[in-house]
Amino acid sequence: MEPIPLPPGLPFVLTWNQLSFLILAGIATLFAIGVVVMKNPVRSAMCLVVNFLILAIVYFTLNSQLLGITQVMVYAGAIMVLFLFVMMLLNLRAKTVLSEKIDPRMFVAVPLGLALLAGICYQVFWPLREFVMPKAHDSYGSPQAIGITLFTDYAYPFEVTSVLLLVGVVGSVLLAKRKV
Amino acid sequence: MATVPLFWYLILGGIMFTAGAVGVIIRRNPVVVFMCIELMLNAVNLTFLAFSRYSPTLLPADRLPSDHWMAGQMAVIFVMAVAAAEVAVGLGIIMAIFRLREEVDLDEMSELQG
Repeated sequence: MEPIPLPPGLPFVLTWNQLSFLILAGIATLFAIGVVVMKNPVRSAMCLVVNFLILAIVYFTLNSQLLGITQVMVYAGAIMVLFLFVMMLLNLRAKTVLSEKIDPRMFVAVPLGLALLAGICYQVFWPLREFVMPKAHDSYGSPQAIGITLFTDYAYPFEVTSVLLLVGVVGSVLLAKRKV
Repeated sequence: MATVPLFWYLILGGIMFTAGAVGVIIRRNPVVVFMCIELMLNAVNLTFLAFSRYSPTLLPADRLPSDHWMAGQMAVIFVMAVAAAEVAVGLGIIMAIFRLREEVDLDEMSELQG
């Protein structure tokens, strides 16, 4: 497909692919920061849902369709419902909603986080800037391809994962019971 | 056709990971701290997928060609499964602590220290 030129006037040349990625990345970044800065935990959860949905769209742009669908179902569906369910059960009333104090850690954590980001970008990401063209096959993320690989080469980790989930179910029931 | 460079996906993953890490440090509500951990896991998932599409893993030559770009997606699947189990157990622990103490503040939870 020929790239459609964008209207002139943009500071540098972008294709539509890149422009749509930048929009998605901007929304995802905003809502990721929203998870951290929102005082009410329910609002944090809502920001996290939006972030997960945007991330699912980004997975689709990476041609990884099955994982995009799984992201919507597992993260935006199951895990977030679990979070909201626990918040509802805890019944954080106005007196128990934590007032996030201005504490000195905030002034240490934010510069340290930015330093972490800058360090990772400079040391790890910047040497990888030549990787511009996707090398994988276009159908590498289809359910068929993932299913074949998962049930042949990765059958043993798959079975171990099922045991892990069983342990998780038993453990969480035991922890949530009132009396053992 | 110019596509999105790998670099951009990695930067997005790095920003989300940083937001999660800062949130884990500065927030005091354990539920929000769990959400920030989920954010960090998702950032890592994004970089796994980006790497698996752009630069296939170097595996021994006797493996099938398809294996070279499936490893990242397999890692994402297992991360998702582990995250689901972790959230279920972690939220169970938070509820048990809340039942014991009627308050949730990570700075006040010091029973586990020796």
